[in-house]
Amino acid sequence: MVNQTLSDLSDMAFATSVVIYILAMLLYFAEFASGKATGNAAENAEPARATVGAGGVATKEPGSGPVVGRLEPEPRKPWSERFGGMAVAVTVLGVLVHAFSLVIRGVAVGRVPWGNMYEFGSAICLVAVVAWLVVLYRQSRAVRKPTTAPKLRGLGGFVLLPATLLLFLSGTALYATASQLQPALRSYWIWIHVSAAIVSTGVLMFAGVASVLFLVRLRSENNPTDPGRIGERLPSSQVLDRFAYRATVLIMPVWTFAIIAGAMWAEAAWGRFWGWDPKETCSLIAWIVYAAYLHARATSGWRGTRAAWINIFGLAVMIFNLFFINIVISGLHSYAGL
Amino acid sequence: MNTSAPRRVLAFLRNTWRGLTSMRTALVLLFLLALAALPGALLPQWSLNRQNVETFYDNHPTWAKVLDSIGAFNVFSSVWFAAIYVLLFVSLIGCLVPRSAEYLRQLRARPVRTPRNLERMPHHAAGTVSLSPDEMSDFARRRLRRWRVAENTEQDGTRTFSAERGYLREAGNLVFHFALVGLLITVGGDQLMRYEGQVVVQADGSGFCNSGTYNYDSFDAGLTVDGTNLSPFCVRLNDFDVRYLHSGQPERFHADIEYQSGEALDNGNWKSHDLRVNNPLRTAGDRIYLTGNGYTPIFTVTFPDGTQRTKKTQWQPVDTTTMLSQGATKFDRPGMSNEQRRHNNQLAITGLFAPTASLDGKVLSSRFPALRDPMVAVDVLKGKLGLAGDTGQSIFSVDQSLIDSGELNRVARENLAVGETIRLDDGTTIRFDGVQRWANLQISHNPFQRYVLVFAIAVVIGLGASLSIKRRRIWLRIKPLADGSGHTDENASAAGGGGASVEIGGLARTDQAGYGEEFTKLTDELLGSGAEPTAGSSGTDSPGRSS
Ligand code: HEM
Repeated sequence: MVNQTLSDLSDMAFATSVVIYILAMLLYFAEFASGKATGNAAENAEPARATVGAGGVATKEPGSGPVVGRLEPEPRKPWSERFGGMAVAVTVLGVLVHAFSLVIRGVAVGRVPWGNMYEFGSAICLVAVVAWLVVLYRQSRAVRKPTTAPKLRGLGGFVLLPATLLLFLSGTALYATASQLQPALRSYWIWIHVSAAIVSTGVLMFAGVASVLFLVRLRSENNPTDPGRIGERLPSSQVLDRFAYRATVLIMPVWTFAIIAGAMWAEAAWGRFWGWDPKETCSLIAWIVYAAYLHARATSGWRGTRAAWINIFGLAVMIFNLFFINIVISGLHSYAGL
Repeated sequence: MNTSAPRRVLAFLRNTWRGLTSMRTALVLLFLLALAALPGALLPQWSLNRQNVETFYDNHPTWAKVLDSIGAFNVFSSVWFAAIYVLLFVSLIGCLVPRSAEYLRQLRARPVRTPRNLERMPHHAAGTVSLSPDEMSDFARRRLRRWRVAENTEQDGTRTFSAERGYLREAGNLVFHFALVGLLITVGGDQLMRYEGQVVVQADGSGFCNSGTYNYDSFDAGLTVDGTNLSPFCVRLNDFDVRYLHSGQPERFHADIEYQSGEALDNGNWKSHDLRVNNPLRTAGDRIYLTGNGYTPIFTVTFPDGTQRTKKTQWQPVDTTTMLSQGATKFDRPGMSNEQRRHNNQLAITGLFAPTASLDGKVLSSRFPALRDPMVAVDVLKGKLGLAGDTGQSIFSVDQSLIDSGELNRVARENLAVGETIRLDDGTTIRFDGVQRWANLQISHNPFQRYVLVFAIAVVIGLGASLSIKRRRIWLRIKPLADGSGHTDENASAAGGGGASVEIGGLARTDQAGYGEEFTKLTDELLGSGAEPTAGSSGTDSPGRSS
């Protein structure tokens, strides 16, 4: 019933996508590292792109002689920017291969491709990376971008780092061979509930990364004399804070919906809509933490740093919920399988 | 010294109330709630899994005692957990009531007047247009049609617009928080009125009627349920089957049941239902779930006097992957008038059942959960079982103390395939006739659950509205362009050709995130309106876009 050829193909695509992501991550970091630090000046005042690359690898003047074997007629962009451009292209390729792996897995087993830990670990990362590309795309459109494109682009590595780690973990420790679902999972609710949970987790992962970077950046903004090497290259704390907030705000209704859909499924599958199963409980805890985050944003004295810490804590609970609860604690969700 | 005691008490109460209903308190209480729920996820809970708690007791006896005494194995019914959420909800209601009143007041109020200095606003733009102030005002009016607008003409002829939008945000927020209160109340109500029972039914057309709690193997109910008013219905289980994959993983459980409820109870009509995991039967306000299954080995005992008894007692799976089961099928000796003698001549057939037998010497185990090659490995015990009136006795085992005291003795040990027989010394024969399946049904009654769902949906909608809608303001100040000829502003605008200077300010009242885009777009349209002076024609919202 499981198509082994397709399943092997899916595994191969999965491994390939991890490699591609790692490459993209290195390119992002290359751009990030060679980008110019902007100190603490307000970003919005900075003319777009004008200053990028000044600290990068020296580029040859167009007139300083032809480069043998190169067909580029245009004056070259600074290295850092070229890294960034490549990084984005490579990320897109990675997403395509990754999505292919997931879809083929679904075809191979003839069911949704998120029936066990390996599969939803993979799907969550796909969402996080896609979320990143969407942000990048939206920010690079139009004049209203709050920060310069290359500077934002340099953040890609920080999104891909946890994503690649999670993917690696999913593909090794959590790997499960393609197989059928057990009866409790055979329901149209798996499409609704699990996909909502995957999307939420992926986007919240992005939000959490933004909050971490916010704290790093804030530290360098508060110590202009001793700026951290990473901090000074990041977009302004305002921008990072806004990313974290908007991502959380966007996904909070989805996460709420995911929990409620889970309760509706539990009502059909387990005979009650809520039973304080460890997974249910932990999801509720994460939800409450995010509610606290939104409250903190509206409470004076809690906005900046404290709110960011709450957001990070929320992500920690989500990840804990994903791994620890599924693997270590026995509950009704344990069948998700390794 | 001059404040009287009652006043001080009043002041204290007022301060406490203010503190309790402040955002900061709400934040702290939310945190506490998350923290307090944590042991409920990490530690085993009595209500979920007694066995795990007992294991914990075995492994950490002292810790377990301490934790148990503070309710850590019973978090969600503990006093401290309740205290936190009750405080939180008191705080919530104390916060919501004044906020609702304030919201209603705002709904009737006009947008605030245009501030003197729009440059100070977080969003600001200015420019000149070729339209006259009148035309510009017309245009602005149309462009701001979906906003709540207040217009004003200042003494020097300057026109101002103050517009506000996104009132639904606060409405969504209030709906969301009120729905949380509704959720709490309905869940609480459900806790009082619910019941849930478990019953094993043999898959041979046996049935179950929800006529009283005595029909259940176990029953658990809310405080207001005394078992006299259960929803009337009957079910019977005609067939039960499980499909397994080669790996032994179950692929599908399927119970073929019939049921009757309401009027059908009187006229004897049965309806059929395909009971599966994820597909419960909903009838008479109750839900019937398939929650477990197992095998029933059937034994026939022929006593020395020729009387026969056949019994079908469910055995309990000890390993759900192979369905190796254990149990005890118990017989009373018929035709013995002497009470004492009858009780000392009871029989029990206990041991293991394997649906697909695998023998290692004489030791039976099961290779596969489906019924391929059934076999039992049994001990036959004779003596005193203590059946009559002994309520505490498990149907799956015999009382070990009776064996220890010698009142119950093993008289045979044998492996039997279907159709095989054991003959005891006294001439009694025991035949393993075959196997049938049983299913465990759970009957659940949650009268409030639909209301819980309604509030849950309100939570999502309210949250969505509250988080996606921005409450924002925009102000316009339109001045005629001075043409230097000393005309009054009035004349200049009447002349129509002078153009106007427009200053725009914007403010998002809740969170600045995300207003910039809309503001930029809006100002582009408003300020671009001079580029293409078609403002007089109707229907175009955007006479000209800049850039
Ligand atoms: C049962 C506990 C509570 C939960 C789960 C909760 C949850 C939330 C959530 C998720 C939000 C963000 C969505 C929105 O803006 O509508 C929010 C916002 C808000 N909550 Fe609560 N809340 C609770 C109790 C309270 C209490 C006790 C207060 C008053 C002290 C309060 C006041 C507010 C306010 C003013 C906002 C708007 C914040 C903003 O404008 O961004 N909440 N709440």
